[in-house]
Amino acid sequence: MNEWIEALQKHLPEKQIMTDLADRHSYSFDASFGEYLPEIVVQAKNKGEVVQIVKIANEHQIPIYPRGQGTCLSGGPLPVNGGIVLDLSQWPEEIDVSADDLTVTVSPSVLTANIDKAAREHGLMYAPDPSSAHVATIGGNLAENSGGPRGLKYGVTKDFVLGLELVTPEGEIIRTGGKTIKNVTGIDLTKLLVGSEGTLGVITEATLKLVPKPPAVQTLMAVFDDVRLAGQAISRTLTSGILPSKMEFMDQACIRAVENFQPAGLPTDAAAIVIIELDGHPETLSIEKELIQDIMKNIGARDTVIPESQEDAAKIWHSRKQVSPAIAKIKPTKVSEDATVPRSKIPDMMDRLKEIKERHNVEIVVFGHAGDGNLHPNVLCDKRDQEEMGRVELAVEEIFQAAIDLGGTLSGEHGIGTMKAPFMENELGEVGLDMMRRIKDAWDPNGIMNPGKIFPEKGQKLVLRSE
Amino acid sequence: MSSVKTLQEKINYDKTFDCVQCGYCLPACPTYETMERETHSPRGRINLVKMVAEGKAAIEDLQEPIEKCLGCMACTTVCPTDVQYGEILEGAKEVIEDNQVKSKTQQKTEQFLFESFFPSKGWMDTLGNATWLYQKTGVQKIARSFHLTKVAPMNLDQFEKVLPDLPSPKERKRRAKRFIRKRPATAKVAFFTGCVMDSMFFDTNQNTIELLLRSGTEVVLPEQQTCCGALHAHSGKIDQSRELAKENIKAFEEEQVDYIVNNAGGCGARLIEYHHLFEEGTEWYERAKQFVAKVKDITEVLAELDQINYTKPVEKTVTYQPSCHMSNVQKVKQPPRQLMDKIPGLTLKELDRPDFCCGSAGIYNILNYEDSMDVLDVKMKDVCSTQPEGIVTTNPGCLLQMKLGIEREGASEDMEAVHLVDLLAQAGPVGKWE
Repeated sequence: MNEWIEALQKHLPEKQIMTDLADRHSYSFDASFGEYLPEIVVQAKNKGEVVQIVKIANEHQIPIYPRGQGTCLSGGPLPVNGGIVLDLSQWPEEIDVSADDLTVTVSPSVLTANIDKAAREHGLMYAPDPSSAHVATIGGNLAENSGGPRGLKYGVTKDFVLGLELVTPEGEIIRTGGKTIKNVTGIDLTKLLVGSEGTLGVITEATLKLVPKPPAVQTLMAVFDDVRLAGQAISRTLTSGILPSKMEFMDQACIRAVENFQPAGLPTDAAAIVIIELDGHPETLSIEKELIQDIMKNIGARDTVIPESQEDAAKIWHSRKQVSPAIAKIKPTKVSEDATVPRSKIPDMMDRLKEIKERHNVEIVVFGHAGDGNLHPNVLCDKRDQEEMGRVELAVEEIFQAAIDLGGTLSGEHGIGTMKAPFMENELGEVGLDMMRRIKDAWDPNGIMNPGKIFPEKGQKLVLRSE
Repeated sequence: MSSVKTLQEKINYDKTFDCVQCGYCLPACPTYETMERETHSPRGRINLVKMVAEGKAAIEDLQEPIEKCLGCMACTTVCPTDVQYGEILEGAKEVIEDNQVKSKTQQKTEQFLFESFFPSKGWMDTLGNATWLYQKTGVQKIARSFHLTKVAPMNLDQFEKVLPDLPSPKERKRRAKRFIRKRPATAKVAFFTGCVMDSMFFDTNQNTIELLLRSGTEVVLPEQQTCCGALHAHSGKIDQSRELAKENIKAFEEEQVDYIVNNAGGCGARLIEYHHLFEEGTEWYERAKQFVAKVKDITEVLAELDQINYTKPVEKTVTYQPSCHMSNVQKVKQPPRQLMDKIPGLTLKELDRPDFCCGSAGIYNILNYEDSMDVLDVKMKDVCSTQPEGIVTTNPGCLLQMKLGIEREGASEDMEAVHLVDLLAQAGPVGKWE
């Protein structure tokens, strides 16, 4: 047996080490593409164990891949070069709310939704709400800088991180930031680490910001016969002095898919709908509700629906949640992208997506957090069809290029991981990418922390076809 | 057809593609929680099935993860893409079963258990009688005479502690097979007695008949009925399960009834899926469909007919442990709660996670005792936090498991487990027409 495996066995309880084929296969994938068999899976339940594991990996130069619950859509935890999968999901949950400071300190394994739940007991809120918040760990959210619908008003994960504890790739413990809102002591390592996709170390604790829980919410739905109008309505709303907490977009294909799947009474002949949530004081909401209705009417929306009860509002949001399963019925494989553009460019992006869809004869549906320009074009296909997957590869490449051309970015909230790495230089330029790589090399001299992510190998291309 | 193709078909390779590996099933899965690894999660198991179908793992690699699945189907209630986990699980069990080299003794024991023991009225009566004899005379380890100890050598004594008091064999033999009404009946009901229910929980079955009669129905107990076949299917013996289904379909076709009623969540879940055992378009598929359309849990029928007033207050605080198969497969969730609501004096305090399996899962608690107890411990923590005087269940397996849980907590002074039907019978049921 390998020396490094023996070393791991010496330092960890037997139950936390997996070498059986069945176990290794079970950590070979995430919610994105591809499967890579690791040599070993180890589970850490405290920071002492993380330190030991990372030190052994560094000493023996074995790649190590931190992992939460494996819900990543960009391949973050995939053990692409073999080595050690470091499962942090079984670390006992610790949530320590400091209500008077409006902060909470958490262990990396805490499910994101549980942070908000704990905050609400104190009249507070943890705002980032990725749709997987009830499954995904905060550690994964921090590594990927996850977003969510409420990102429009409140920002994404990085906007809520005050301080971190990290085990460096050489096995040392450092603390960045602190517990205060203002902190300008030196270079902001906290922001550097959030979204670094596990390439700079293992996050072992985080102190997060909380905000007051809004006393009320109000839902509206605007119906459009023209996708461009829907795009304009979003910009018009946001420049009118109102900041909704969510503005979600669904195109006709999504509306129809949902109605076929679980009828919710959405208008199947509409070109698009925008679902809006306002939050704040009830009196403010009743004024803002009227204002938004006027804006929608003036810009030419066919209809604005204001649900009469909370149940009706919940029904509208449920239909938005049903998009993912509903479109999975069209074709089994879903290539879910999160290319993001400046808000004013949403109509242009929609046009580009239509062209791409027709040029490559692929099925593309679009929904997403339109209020912040973060669209989710989903290419629906069947990964058993090699010829189709070839066309999908071309379409996805063009989607990335379209976003960059329009002044946008490759990824709004899912991360770069393996799939988008080949396109990094297109967005950042040669020098920009090189500066990023230099930071990585300085932090991780042996290149053991989550290799194969963010940074492309020479000549790396997007591959969705299996061998 | 190549053997790879055959394997892929049998193991439902195509169905594994419905899983997009999002991981939403993880927080719902009891074994992922207690066994702490993805290998024992729905997503992990489905992936392993796929790996086996693609030749990247052997059937042996799949065996433990599949055997350790409770089959509670909680994952199917949260799956956003509607993966047919039940079918994938059953296919995997069948493939494992076919592939297994078993010792002579094991073969003989299983043959006895599944071909003679569960389907047999005689054996089930004997089990009931023997248990009765055991209770009356204190004969040690009667269960050994059924070779059950060979399957699970260590732990049957744990279960013996919690067996219910049984009526004498004479009483059991005397039961009528048909209850006709002189007045117009509210419905005609055929009662599926179940094998374990009818031997070990005979009183509960009697109470079921009583409640049906007080609801103004006519009740018949078709004599040719047999085991539902759930345990066979759970063990990958699909062919035997199918044969038992045919026998039951035949037995119940003889009677022109509105409902085929059962009081065991696990049996009900099998009965309601009989058509899955046959190929669409065949005669048996159609017959199964007609059978399935009539299958109802006792609580559904009582709540729907709503013909009973409960006259005797039960001044108790109880909690409710729903049967997973009843909630997740039969999708019966509200009727038991509606019925408890009608009992005067009763307070129902819901569990924090009622939909978390108790670990009974057919004979899982006998075959995988330690793992089952880990799941039970999680459940009992939840139970104890509601401080109930009673735990209400709707399935014999859950009932025994909850009794065991109470024993393990040393709480038998403070609380007891009870089948909902028995609780209703305690509450002085009187027909509204009476």
